[in-house]
Amino acid sequence: MTDPVLTLAADHGLTRAAPAPGDSPLAIRGMTVSYGEKPAVFSVDATFPPHAMTAIIGPNGAGKSTMLKAALGVIPRLSGEVTVFGRPIGKARDRIAYVPQRASVDWDFPATVIDVVLMGLYRRVGLLKRLTGAHLAAARDCLDRVGMADFTDRQIGQLSGGQQQRVFLARALAQEADLYLLDEPFAGVDAATERAIIDVLKALKAEGRAVVCVHHDLATVARYFDHVFLINVRRIAEGPVATAFTAANLHATYGGRLATAHLDQLDLGLGGAS
Amino acid sequence: MGNEFVQFSLTPMLIGTLAAVACALPGNFLLLRRQALIGDAISHVVLPGIVVAFLLTGAVAAIPMLLGAAGAAVVAVIVIEAIKRLGRIEPGAAMGVTFTSLFAGGVLLLEQSDTSSVHLDVEHALMGNLESLIWFKARGWGSLLDPVALAALPDELGRIAAVCALVIALTVLFWRPLKISTFDEGFAQAQGLPVGLIGFGLVGVAAVAAVAAFDAVGSIIVIAMFICPPAAARLMTNRLERQVGWSVVFAVASAVLGYVLAGYGPLWFGGQNAVSAAGMIAVVSGLILGLACLVGPHRARVGARGEAA
Repeated sequence: MTDPVLTLAADHGLTRAAPAPGDSPLAIRGMTVSYGEKPAVFSVDATFPPHAMTAIIGPNGAGKSTMLKAALGVIPRLSGEVTVFGRPIGKARDRIAYVPQRASVDWDFPATVIDVVLMGLYRRVGLLKRLTGAHLAAARDCLDRVGMADFTDRQIGQLSGGQQQRVFLARALAQEADLYLLDEPFAGVDAATERAIIDVLKALKAEGRAVVCVHHDLATVARYFDHVFLINVRRIAEGPVATAFTAANLHATYGGRLATAHLDQLDLGLGGAS
Repeated sequence: MGNEFVQFSLTPMLIGTLAAVACALPGNFLLLRRQALIGDAISHVVLPGIVVAFLLTGAVAAIPMLLGAAGAAVVAVIVIEAIKRLGRIEPGAAMGVTFTSLFAGGVLLLEQSDTSSVHLDVEHALMGNLESLIWFKARGWGSLLDPVALAALPDELGRIAAVCALVIALTVLFWRPLKISTFDEGFAQAQGLPVGLIGFGLVGVAAVAAVAAFDAVGSIIVIAMFICPPAAARLMTNRLERQVGWSVVFAVASAVLGYVLAGYGPLWFGGQNAVSAAGMIAVVSGLILGLACLVGPHRARVGARGEAA
């Protein structure tokens, strides 16, 4: 019953396992994830930088979201070690805020906007601690930061997609984390929401926090992010936008799916086509 | 009227009410998790478990019945996996086949075994024996203060009261993890919540409620108690806290109204005999759901998944 791919992945993971840098907000060593027999993420190493905004980019099905979810333990990994600020992720949950894809939940759930934001306080209030006025004020403040203060008591199903995304971001803000992990935060949102979200993320970075986004839109990578991580099942490249977001790396990541004409329009780093 | 009511109607009504509440509380979360049919599945699997437990111990006691039901659930899971793997059949069909077969097996076992000494036969298994859970020693409302009479209350009342209290306590204690993991499992997991354990615990509590409610409403009708009150409650409000409150109101209303209508309704129409209380309770809960569909203030989009999926 030994699957050659899995055995290989496990061995590979072991040989690669090296101590992770203590200052990296998120470091991954030798991580392999598989749905069924085919690996979705294969033996990936990643070291995300502190005080920076990083985009995880790659084609559809390249394992971008899978990598994030597996690092968080939302889906199981076959192998790999994940450290957050130098500690095993299980001991650093308080420092992480995760914003899942908007479509991953049922927005018909009976909850109001403030209910969802208050979920971000769970690790501080625990099972039974009473919610106080201070907690409510903190939640309202988070809504204000994403421009949703007027929607506090609205049922979440009655919001637009962009508004729902902002509520998710407000819930993450309520966690007061040091590492923000967002899965496609700009997918299917209006321009005003995109502006609001990027302003909040840049403010987080200015406060010294780390932000990692699974990102789809290559046209905005250079404007929004400092670092990129390119993945197509395996890690392709990783580094500052200026040196890693290059035509060569994009070709290696997307293969023939990215037309040269498209590449010309991107604000590529050094060594790029433009 | 008073004396007769206390002797013949008070305890069945209380048992029906407590059973309805015990099922409705986990039902709220099962419904929101789109697992409502797990209640149905559990109620089916419970039957053979209870029958086997009875055959082995010769008594209808709470602990062996619960163990029997749990054992049957484990067998069901193994059989489902086996059918899926060996028969290459899709999960839904594998579950349907397993639960129906186990339930049918339970019915056959029950028919063949000598259970005449206790309240355990096919009809009771299907529809409960609420009407027979009367308080023989009661001599009117004063009996509520009479220790001798209180000691003779049907065992079923104490059992369902304990289960109902347990369900309420667990719901209150684990309210936040239940709410968070039901709404957004990925977020809950990233926060370090044991979502697998929470989901398993929820199904476990539902199983305990189903076994306890077996006395009151039987194993088929119990599914109405899991689904109807929470589904109707969802149409009344857009907040989980209030939804759960409404579901308790509807559960109590179904039980009380259903019992009264079953006992006295036919007489009002010139009939001679009362009809099945459990059946009437399920019908009333269905009618409440129907009414909520027609006039509930938040009836739009229940069960509809948001645009993307």
